[in-house]
Amino acid sequence: MPEQDRAPAPGGLAAPGPAAESNGTPPGTDGRPVLEVTGLRKEFGTLVAVDDVSFTILPGRSLAIVGESGSGKTTVARMITGLERPTRGTITACGRDRSRPARSARDRRRRGSEIQIVFQDPYTSLDPRQTAEQAVGEVLRLHHGWPADRRQGRIGQLVELVGLDSRQARALPRALSGGQRQRVAIARALAAEPRILILDESVAALDVSIQAQVLNLLADIRDETSVSYILISHDLAVVRQLTDEAIVMYRGRLVERGPTARVLDDPQHPYTQRLRASVPRPGWKPSRRQLVPSEEKGD
Amino acid sequence: MTGRKGRGPGAGQGDATAAASRGPLLAVDGLTVQLPVEGEHRVVLRDVSLEIRQGEAVGLVGESGSGKSMTARAIDRLLPRGAQVQGQIRFDGRDVSELSGGQLRSYRNRVAMIFQDPRAHVNPVRRIGDFMTEALRTNLGVPAAEAQRKAADILGQVGIEDGRRRLRQYPHELSGGMLQRVMIAAALLTQPALVLADEPTTALDVTTQAEVMAILDELRRGYGLGMLFITHDLELAAAICDRTIVMYAGQVVEVRESALLHSDPLHPYTAALAAARPDIEQRASRLRAIPGRPLSAFEAPAGQCAFAPRCPHALAPCLAAVPELTELDGGLSRCVRVTELRGELEAADA
Repeated sequence: MPEQDRAPAPGGLAAPGPAAESNGTPPGTDGRPVLEVTGLRKEFGTLVAVDDVSFTILPGRSLAIVGESGSGKTTVARMITGLERPTRGTITACGRDRSRPARSARDRRRRGSEIQIVFQDPYTSLDPRQTAEQAVGEVLRLHHGWPADRRQGRIGQLVELVGLDSRQARALPRALSGGQRQRVAIARALAAEPRILILDESVAALDVSIQAQVLNLLADIRDETSVSYILISHDLAVVRQLTDEAIVMYRGRLVERGPTARVLDDPQHPYTQRLRASVPRPGWKPSRRQLVPSEEKGD
Repeated sequence: MTGRKGRGPGAGQGDATAAASRGPLLAVDGLTVQLPVEGEHRVVLRDVSLEIRQGEAVGLVGESGSGKSMTARAIDRLLPRGAQVQGQIRFDGRDVSELSGGQLRSYRNRVAMIFQDPRAHVNPVRRIGDFMTEALRTNLGVPAAEAQRKAADILGQVGIEDGRRRLRQYPHELSGGMLQRVMIAAALLTQPALVLADEPTTALDVTTQAEVMAILDELRRGYGLGMLFITHDLELAAAICDRTIVMYAGQVVEVRESALLHSDPLHPYTAALAAARPDIEQRASRLRAIPGRPLSAFEAPAGQCAFAPRCPHALAPCLAAVPELTELDGGLSRCVRVTELRGELEAADA
């Protein structure tokens, strides 16, 4: 069934009504960072996966974390979401510390309403026995405690926002394509009305024509809700399309940061330069690895 | 396209010009494949024709369900049991469907396959050396010591030093990029004439992809190998292939010199695919997404252009019949409006 490249839905997240609390400038932020990460470090045994990483994100702005496998970018995301506990450093989201585990179900729910994550693989991140409507409805019930009729209205809005039709919304994941499943995962994440949405390679596995639909959708949602994105990606074209700022990680360390356009157009660190040069383009000639900035200079 | 590398060691598989006069290395003609799914036969490939000349790199690009991997599997006779195949595949003038037993094994030595996920295609409990030399020892009767020496030697060519030590290692001891280089080395070991590379770098980091592509490209040119390079990445195909074939819903919709694929596409689908990709040079205010989703051959509407439901240029004639592959400006396009749309299709970028 054709999915539409969705037009900004009038019934989207910005719609006035009971669900619109998250719209506009949320309470207690007034331009202060929605996320502040300082001196983050993670050790697994003797391996230092993440070493002294710091950054901030302002409300409605989007940050890319770029790096190769093993660079520590996913570990950073897992620490921000609370799936890993930092060895050192602090994570402050919406003015509250979250470097320590949540102490109660209530605390956990509050954290869930601050940060949500959409994983790379839409085939393993959904409950196979839940339809899209049920997945979204469960989050609405847990996070907002709404009665069924109110949930139903909101489910309809969210499902429409991500461009699923009503038949798809009532289907189990196994009846949906990868792109459709990823939309379900996005709708489910948005149901908690997070201030920050982490996209961990969330569009990497999608076909080009579907990827464009989802990227447009993410841009619309940001315009409508002022959610901030953390995009973890190795696809520099996607990074350019969706983010304002970028940090580059290499072997657990942050080696470059700046506005996305500057980082991509005028990379300073040798690794960023090599990354940029590795992207296929017209007239591109692949080259064997020349100089590996294997050991970080200095320390 | 790019500059020719000198022919490497082990070239001399015949003079390329002489081979060209003999006809193509591989010729697929009218290939239609149906697979049994839930008690019915579903079409996965519809009338696919393509040619690869000796030493030529041909890209095969498409989205999920387009049939690109199935085409490679059909060529290497790796289709699932119960597949119904019509049409003809000729390699070096011989009908591939007639091969069996030892002939089929030696055919597969001549037509080597490299897969997307090396870990899924290597036995995790056998050493790299055993894996690499198996075909040499069992199919070609090369003595074990000689096979090991050849394997270590070719590992050096894909940039893996201390090959002897690597041969004693197990797959889990190697990184993904390293293991894919082992797979390339293993594929080259039997001195193939054609390599079928199915998304060989999709699972790798961008920098590793560049490196693996460089190795594959260099060795392919050095040995004068033909290659069918399957990818979803139009830019990658354009960068390393002489010609590129674009597939949609189990059909070939465009064949074009790679250099022209982005700047001057013939088929609306190719143009739409290039335009939908975000651009690393600049942010688009909005991506030109293609509505709907890619269709598999069996889902595509019958008796009309398969892309018409998603095509911004579709008119009544597009729904009247399945368009033929039409020759135009040195390429082929399966679009009834191909002539009127010349110059009308959006190019990927500036």
